[in-house]
Amino acid sequence: MSDINSNIPEGELTSKWTKYKSSVPLVNPSNKRTIEVIIVGSGLAGASAAATLAEMGYKVKCFCFQDSPRRAHSIAAQGGINAAKNYQNDGDSVYRLFYDTIKGGDYRAREANVHRLAEVSANIIDQCVAQGVPLAREYGGLLDNRSFGGTQVQRTFYAAGQTGQQLLLGAYSALERQIGMGKVEMYTRHEMLEVVKIDGKARGIIARNLITGEIERHFGHAVVLGTGGYGNVFYLSTNAMGSNVTAAWKAHKQGAYFANPCYTQIHPTCIPVSGDHQSKLTLMSESLRNDGRIWVPKKKDDNRKASEIPEDERDYYLERRYPAFGNLVPRDVASRAAKERCDAGYGVGASKLAVYLDFKANTERYGRIEAAKAGNHNPDKETCMRLGTAVIKEKYGNLFDMYAQITGENPYETPMRIYPAVHYTMGGLWVDYNLMTSVPGLYCTGEANFSDHGANRLGASALMQGLADGYFVLPYTIGAYLSKEISVKAIPTDHPAFVEAEQRAVGILNTLINIKGTKSVDHFHKRLGHIMWEKCGMARNEQGLKEAIEEIRALRAEFWSDVRVPGTADELNTELEKAGRVADFIELGELMCIDALNRNESCGGHFREEYQTEEGEALRDDVNYAYVAAWEFKEGVNFELHKEELKFENIKVAQRSYK
Amino acid sequence: MSTGNMNLTLKVWRQKNNKTKGALVDYKLADISPDMSFLEMFDVLNEQLINKGEEPVVFDHDCREGICGMCSMFINGRPHGPKDLVTTCQLHMRSFKDGDTIVVEPWRAAAFPVVKDLTVDRSAFDRVIAAGGFISVNTGNAQDANNLPIPKMQADAAFEAAACIGCGACVATCKNASAMLFVSAKISQLALLPQGQPERYRRVQSMVAQMDAEGFGNCTNTGACEAECPKGISLENIARMNRDFASAKFISEETV
Repeated sequence: MSDINSNIPEGELTSKWTKYKSSVPLVNPSNKRTIEVIIVGSGLAGASAAATLAEMGYKVKCFCFQDSPRRAHSIAAQGGINAAKNYQNDGDSVYRLFYDTIKGGDYRAREANVHRLAEVSANIIDQCVAQGVPLAREYGGLLDNRSFGGTQVQRTFYAAGQTGQQLLLGAYSALERQIGMGKVEMYTRHEMLEVVKIDGKARGIIARNLITGEIERHFGHAVVLGTGGYGNVFYLSTNAMGSNVTAAWKAHKQGAYFANPCYTQIHPTCIPVSGDHQSKLTLMSESLRNDGRIWVPKKKDDNRKASEIPEDERDYYLERRYPAFGNLVPRDVASRAAKERCDAGYGVGASKLAVYLDFKANTERYGRIEAAKAGNHNPDKETCMRLGTAVIKEKYGNLFDMYAQITGENPYETPMRIYPAVHYTMGGLWVDYNLMTSVPGLYCTGEANFSDHGANRLGASALMQGLADGYFVLPYTIGAYLSKEISVKAIPTDHPAFVEAEQRAVGILNTLINIKGTKSVDHFHKRLGHIMWEKCGMARNEQGLKEAIEEIRALRAEFWSDVRVPGTADELNTELEKAGRVADFIELGELMCIDALNRNESCGGHFREEYQTEEGEALRDDVNYAYVAAWEFKEGVNFELHKEELKFENIKVAQRSYK
Repeated sequence: MSTGNMNLTLKVWRQKNNKTKGALVDYKLADISPDMSFLEMFDVLNEQLINKGEEPVVFDHDCREGICGMCSMFINGRPHGPKDLVTTCQLHMRSFKDGDTIVVEPWRAAAFPVVKDLTVDRSAFDRVIAAGGFISVNTGNAQDANNLPIPKMQADAAFEAAACIGCGACVATCKNASAMLFVSAKISQLALLPQGQPERYRRVQSMVAQMDAEGFGNCTNTGACEAECPKGISLENIARMNRDFASAKFISEETV
């Protein structure tokens, strides 16, 4: 069935990576000094790869659109990072992390990649601690862990609610060290606009200096994209305002297949939308589900305050439906369950599109433990709540503050109102086992690729994958390619391929400026987001997807004839930057709907209403859809499907159950 | 859905680029919702400007959840506005009143030149980190993380220093445009951890030297930086940095 080769090494699953590492061709140190690698993106996947490749001796250029590499959106990850350390002695192992990830991904990920991820997970923690990343510790001085969704072990390492920040600052400091040594040339406030291909291989990029508007040509023996996910196609998401698909999409248009674009993760615990003015949504970390219980009133359209609803009139629907995992079911399951309750009329808050996340029971429980530690074995309720609040504050203080800031409500006193929101994209550029796209010499790491999470990512696995790719996988696998490139001299950037790529980029910029239409870029972005959320969001169906495709095509035509981009292309012009990104989102949105329409099954984050069990769970079709859908871009915004069959040799494929 | 009813006058710094002079320009805004964030209020302003055929106000922002450190507005004379422990993006309009006049300027510091409107160049911070804000450990073969127990209090203190988001509010609010709080936070994080000891005295010297080379001012202990830091980074860090710097100069054999 496959018509693309994933280059998975032969041999036993558990020894593939070890054997690969010991037999992969090497590049000798003197040759490394003349080999140039371009890294686009400075998040966990980009910064870790840039630092590591420079440490190994390669000449590295790294690009980011922000004013500093430290600002990449990995910084906002809150809850934690998984690793199969088994520090808690609760039965964790490489195999169990591998198994949980494959199952969590609803059996739509590649076994070999996921096993490798689980194998290197422990090294990541060691590396980060060595860099001085201050992960949370217990009084004995050892590292602390907490639970995340979709698992029954405690394997998540964390730094309060700021784990992404601390890990990224670790990678950033390693990167800055190399910059200071002159081994990485850093280009901040630069946006990649084209991939340059020579004789079929990626040989460089065209980038725009966002301050001056200058278009620059950069040569590299290989190009790595660590440019993050495309959740902003929905306009409202938990992504940063600048997160975009442009680098990946330009690569796609140059021949890199785009895999499983319809797999989007809708995160169950986000602050609900409050009005039309809203520009972004804010996540409340999954770690809160460790200590928070999710509920709605048992009565429809119950307008009482949460505190006025007695215990026996509350429906803890996750605990009711999924007794084994309870509030810690995976994200896709929790999100759909929230939507189901709200759609059925049990939602809370002014919009009725919210459920409660309540910390009261656990606050009291913690308070009781604290009181006992202080010798008080019969504390009153007030004492329990006071002592317990201090514990909750230490664990989640920054998240509670953020919630209070945004909603104007005090979450220590009333339960949080939460609702699902777009958070992560499992789809991305197709890559083989080496993390190379279908364009030779063009690599893709982190959220930007599709490789490890199948149809649903488990919490605390994005940080793990970004750093695994950048620190421990790509630096080895890229050697397999570069070892054959040692005789290639740096190609001068007046080569016709650079000239032509630059003309493509400049042509688009000029077109956008010269449309001089009547509507702002945001106007189109909001309309695209609305179509995507309504028809390609938490639930999709054939009719809606077909309508969405037509609507997006019409929107694309309107965009290219009526968008208004003020200013010029030779200055700092944020509207021009946004316009280019939204143009690419519109094309991607269409492909996401095409992919969702093609996949006549439900799996993970992709829920087709036509395909569900009687209990409303996702119903897969393993006979016809156990494949990666890898789309090839064709002239005139058309797409051709290629299939990579998924073979499960080590895990028995079953219906996912968290009951 | 909340419909807004606040009317505001904004005085916003407009400056084409670093070669031209800037000025405050007045804008009227109507129907602003108290639930909007400060930046969403700016989104409304920009949409209006674009619809009128004018150029929108350029300002730095990205995550809009208070962690990336990119947003940087000087609001009514205070970095990140009137509320304590909050970044511009997490400031909401409910902190203002109907009829208010709000003055919005960029960070002001010689080491942070204005790029355009409210956007400044903070690359000096990156160069200070590149001068020594790291532990020199290459990827691969680190020992097991639990082989190095670190007392919780020490780890927590390192984390508190490491919570700095590098926004530059400390520099913007300081009358000397000193970067001591930012620099000392990184120095403290690493000085508090056993992993940071081998390079401790080398690090403080190189980072301070780079800080001076970038043109940041000196510290005169006014404490404005701590008062305005959206992440509550403590002045104790500066004291620690000064102690380490003195030790490095007078005790350590290793000078940079």
